[in-house]
Amino acid sequence: MAGGTYEKYKSDGSIGGNVLEWVDARFPATSMWRGHLSEYYAPKNFNFWYFFGSLAMLVLVIQIVTGIFLTMHYKPDAALNANGVPIAFASVEYIMRDVPGGWLIRYMHSTGASAFFIVVYLHMFRGLIYGSYRKPRELTWLFGVGIFLVLMGEAFFGYLLPWGQMSYWGAQVIVNLFGAIPVIGNDLSILIRGDFVVGDATLNRFFSFHVIAFPLILLGLVAAHILALHETGSNNPDGIEIKANKDENGIPRDGIPFHPYYSVKDIVGVVVFLMVFSAVLFWAPEGAGMFLETPNFYPADPLKTPPHIAPVWYFTPYYSILRAVVWNFFGLDAKFWGVVAMGASVVIFAFLPWLDRSPVKSIRYRGPITKVMITLFVICFFILGYLGTQSPSPMGELVSQICTVFYFGFFLAMPWWSRMDKFKPVPERVTMK
Amino acid sequence: MSNQGKMDCGRRRLVVATAAVGGAGAVAALVPFVSSLLPSERAKAAGAPVEVDISKLEAGQMMTVEWRGKPVWVINRTKEMLDSLPKLDDQMADPKSAKDLQPPYAQNETRSIKKDIMVVVGICTHLGCSPSSKFKRGAEEGMPADWLGGFLCPCHGSTFDFAGRVFKAKPAPTNLEVPPHVYLADTRILIGEDKKGA
Repeated sequence: MAGGTYEKYKSDGSIGGNVLEWVDARFPATSMWRGHLSEYYAPKNFNFWYFFGSLAMLVLVIQIVTGIFLTMHYKPDAALNANGVPIAFASVEYIMRDVPGGWLIRYMHSTGASAFFIVVYLHMFRGLIYGSYRKPRELTWLFGVGIFLVLMGEAFFGYLLPWGQMSYWGAQVIVNLFGAIPVIGNDLSILIRGDFVVGDATLNRFFSFHVIAFPLILLGLVAAHILALHETGSNNPDGIEIKANKDENGIPRDGIPFHPYYSVKDIVGVVVFLMVFSAVLFWAPEGAGMFLETPNFYPADPLKTPPHIAPVWYFTPYYSILRAVVWNFFGLDAKFWGVVAMGASVVIFAFLPWLDRSPVKSIRYRGPITKVMITLFVICFFILGYLGTQSPSPMGELVSQICTVFYFGFFLAMPWWSRMDKFKPVPERVTMK
Repeated sequence: MSNQGKMDCGRRRLVVATAAVGGAGAVAALVPFVSSLLPSERAKAAGAPVEVDISKLEAGQMMTVEWRGKPVWVINRTKEMLDSLPKLDDQMADPKSAKDLQPPYAQNETRSIKKDIMVVVGICTHLGCSPSSKFKRGAEEGMPADWLGGFLCPCHGSTFDFAGRVFKAKPAPTNLEVPPHVYLADTRILIGEDKKGA
């Protein structure tokens, strides 16, 4: 159990044993190992959906390692070089063409960004269907929402760095979002840009945020996320507490040690993931314009917005919500409300633990209302995501408005619909199906 | 804890005072960091006015110049373009340019000093994209059939007429901004200042 007390390691007289005993007397080596790995008891009925937490850690490592190496060659400078190309843009081309293996490291990093969001979205969906955010795991969920927010910031800052057309205009739009806030908005967006327009000052500070500030916050939040999880223990597809049923040694009867059981099982997930990841990396690193957008192969031009501008796919659902709001309320512009709606659509995930009033956690024991609502929510999320990649159109606007209303309705009406459902009896012990 | 239950008030006041001084110091330490995020003196000094020669700008054409890092459009409007403006009045969010987005000398029907020459900042007032020109009437450039020509912002679909006035019920809250400008000669415009010569 995390936080439990463990006996200090006693050497068996070998050299290795002596070293470990010396270390363990001065550092909680074995207690950390036992509390978080060899004696962290995870439910034995984890299914496919439980791969994505460890995969998110894997992608984090990929991003950090590739990022360190990219930083060795990248130059955050918006000034034009002798050929009239911005230095930042040229340095990315240099990595792609002249640095040995640079193209591979760069594509790992750009594909990794999209992979990160795929894995995190699936990880969040797992939490949604099995009620993993419910008591006592609210804090684990909140740290997770924090990770999601920081990840969005990290991705946004990173996208400016190649200093292509989409980098530039994407940053222009997002920074101007803050300008919609009444009274302080304009000054705030100047404070973020460090200039009156997106320029060299913006590029340099985004680089700093991308490589130092946000990764540090991200690592801290990941540590908090895992510590909170290991304090309460993991949820499982049945949504029941395995700690409610312990054997005479105080070990959950339905728990198995994380290491070696899940550490080894996760290797299978890692191998399958890396097969898919490599396939994208080598055969379609641009993800058909979804992972690396075509306009970003043109250097930033402050005088010309590309004819079709859309954020990278992982932001498009929220971007659609932003575009869907076209009405003025309370004397404030639609622009402001669009920004509010977009912000709310992300932050609202944080309230899930208190919005869900279902007497059971897992979708396995919840009725048709829950299943229909979650299905519709996912469909809406995909439609919004699709529309966000498209040019604005009257039809698209209407559909995105309907989906936006449902998106918020899903959350805000949850205290009622989550209680109204028919529920099946929850088993005493986890089931292995 | 020898004196359990009893609070040493003097010591407690010292603790509070120490924490308060420390906290104030921490807040004060933020000042240089936050102020370093503001535009530097160099950034503030940039933004000199630019001079444009429009002698080669044909009727119905548009040119783009950079002023303070932003695109400024100079459009030589045809009679047909100008005629479209009053027809659109009832579809406009601010047909009379009541909001202060233009110098007083451009607060008129055409939002310009000279009727045919439009000078406007080509930055959408929604989120700062640069709208694309959709000068052809009708559906030819992917616009509605009753389109009279103007601009479409590719980011969020706001539309503007040939005077940079925004259509109603679009994300952009206001008309495009008309920068201060002045004619140095018949075909030379200074953008960014309006006092010189005139």
